[in-house]
Amino acid sequence: MSEDALIGLFVATVQFGTLVYLAALGELIAERAGVLNLGVEGMMAMGAVSGFMVGLETGSPWAAFFAAAAVGALVGGFHALVSVVLGAGQVVSGLALTIGGLGLAAYVGRNVVGERPEALFTDLGIAGLADIPWIGEIFFDQPPVVYVAVVMGLSVWFVLARTRLGLAIRAAGESAPTTDTAGHSVMALRSGAVMVGGAFAGAAGSFLSLYMAPGWVEGMVAGRGWIAVALVIFGAWRPGRLALGALLFGFTLALQPRLQSFDIELLGVQVNRISPALLGILPFVLTVVVLVIISWRYRHRPSVAPAALGLPYRREER
Amino acid sequence: MNTAQKFLLKLLVVLTAATLVAAGCGNDDDDDAAPASAPATEAPTQEPAATQAPAPAPMDDEVVAAFVFVGPVGDAGWTWAHDQGRRYAEAETGATTLFVENVPEVAEDFRAVALDFIENEGADVIFGTSFGYMDTMEELASEHPDVVFEHASGFKMNDTNFGNYFGRMYQPRYLSGMAAGAMTEADQIGYVAAFPIPEVLRGINAFTLGAQRTNPDVEVHVNWTFTWFDPALEGDAATALLEAGADVIAMHQDSTAPGLAAQEAGARWVSYNSDMSPFAPEAFITAPVWNWGPYYARIIEAVGDGSYVPDAYWGGMDDGIVTLAEPAADVPVEVIEEVLQVWEQIESGDWDVFTGEIRGQDGNVVVAAGETMDDGAMLSMDFFVEGVVGDAAPS
Repeated sequence: MSEDALIGLFVATVQFGTLVYLAALGELIAERAGVLNLGVEGMMAMGAVSGFMVGLETGSPWAAFFAAAAVGALVGGFHALVSVVLGAGQVVSGLALTIGGLGLAAYVGRNVVGERPEALFTDLGIAGLADIPWIGEIFFDQPPVVYVAVVMGLSVWFVLARTRLGLAIRAAGESAPTTDTAGHSVMALRSGAVMVGGAFAGAAGSFLSLYMAPGWVEGMVAGRGWIAVALVIFGAWRPGRLALGALLFGFTLALQPRLQSFDIELLGVQVNRISPALLGILPFVLTVVVLVIISWRYRHRPSVAPAALGLPYRREER
Repeated sequence: MNTAQKFLLKLLVVLTAATLVAAGCGNDDDDDAAPASAPATEAPTQEPAATQAPAPAPMDDEVVAAFVFVGPVGDAGWTWAHDQGRRYAEAETGATTLFVENVPEVAEDFRAVALDFIENEGADVIFGTSFGYMDTMEELASEHPDVVFEHASGFKMNDTNFGNYFGRMYQPRYLSGMAAGAMTEADQIGYVAAFPIPEVLRGINAFTLGAQRTNPDVEVHVNWTFTWFDPALEGDAATALLEAGADVIAMHQDSTAPGLAAQEAGARWVSYNSDMSPFAPEAFITAPVWNWGPYYARIIEAVGDGSYVPDAYWGGMDDGIVTLAEPAADVPVEVIEEVLQVWEQIESGDWDVFTGEIRGQDGNVVVAAGETMDDGAMLSMDFFVEGVVGDAAPS
């Protein structure tokens, strides 16, 4: 294995990690407020297509990034309306969002399939730091979205853990009646959280269509929205642990193509002979393993999941 | 839930359903891409056939040819190439052509689209361009003996109205390998490949044999993605190959992502399906491409004059169904001359790609000197030739 290849493995780890981290961070916000949103895949597709189209139109990747976030918030708003305001089942509404979002994205983007992208994110190459061997290339010569994700991760942690708003959001996810009694609007808190979550997923989608795989084509999200949903459980609903999980998932995603090119022998086993098809399911296997570990470790304590996750709240019902 | 909420919810459900329907049937009214003169591209009506009087068969003797595509025509790849063929055939024969994009390889979906073409549009011939349509087409062919069914990439047929067609893509792949072998400085080419099936293995082997002709030291490193369409993974697989030392990327995938990755890394690229040079002009070398038009025109004419006979057609460069895209300007003239010589030999039938002596990855002779592999062996190919680095049967 050459040095280039090894560095490349970690560069790709950070990029795939960023992609799923942004989307998962949004899902984390929604879930901490008590709303499960299985529509991440659909919101990412809508973000990918709208970001790409705005990028074509304006020539600015940042305009595209924020437009994708706005569209993601709007699509998330649909889930908020159905599951929070109207109190319908969150699972059904979320699945509808995935199916509908993928279909709508295909429809909206039907005329830009195969367009050549112009406005793309480019690697920053932070002066001074990017030249450090190894570390520089992996951490300081990445597209700006990577650093946005870091800042967003810190912000989400700060808001959730250190502000009154964050306390109210978490309260809505633990016990809606208590939150209501305390004078907060559960509906507003949850709807807001779902829409902000949608914005994150939309932005992640544009990172896909404006950097990772420039262009738009149906199905390009390819299941990464589902990885984001799994990642939230993996990260035990905490932004920090989520970041570690995202890097681990990013690592498995980056490993799939690379392991085939490497010649690695561990304990007499030719590691690179592991089936690439099997490697593809590694993130999901990891999720199951971590779920088992988490539930075993916390077996004497209440669940780490927000207590009211998935439960619609209607004031007049008990 | 109060009444107002219930009403809102119902409204939302209806709106969602409407959106989905719009998304579903919107894909075929592709007014930008289709020639303005073609009434053909109107969306097939969505009313159930039962409520309508059977559509009268067209009185004129103009052929109506319908195409069922698995992807979007704008993908610059597989479906785009078929749509170019459709347009060519329409211009050439004067037939009316219709198409629907994004039809999943699901029996009910294909059946619904095909029946709409037959009952409401008076289709005389239906082309299905994805492998998974095969069994449904076989059934429909026996139910509708008056309609001709032509299936791309399949192997089933009957004696009256159901045939299949494909092209010897390995021939232009060999030529593209010759160009790539001349362009690599590292003597290492990366090949991003979808699935270890005979069609893909055949392409990799042909490409490698071609590359070895212009560059005996060349190695072709294969990276399996196990997907036909995941641009992010395809691009990353190309990046992984480049990082491992390759300076030319070839592919058996549908997206342009490997080319963008190659251009980003300052490497070169052999695309597939169609001339994808606009996507990565600095990286592009050449491409083995599909040219379905002449075949479609021929079948439509045969259906029109009643001379159609089903066939298992596997056409080569001599028929023009597969060909090579124009090479980049910096491919050396002597290489292009050699490519043209081989092209001539293939076209005239004097020589074909899998002519011995050819050795397998393990060094054993798989095609003896002077012998040429027969079609059956080519269609069930399950090994790599010497010079390919990778696993022909990944577990």
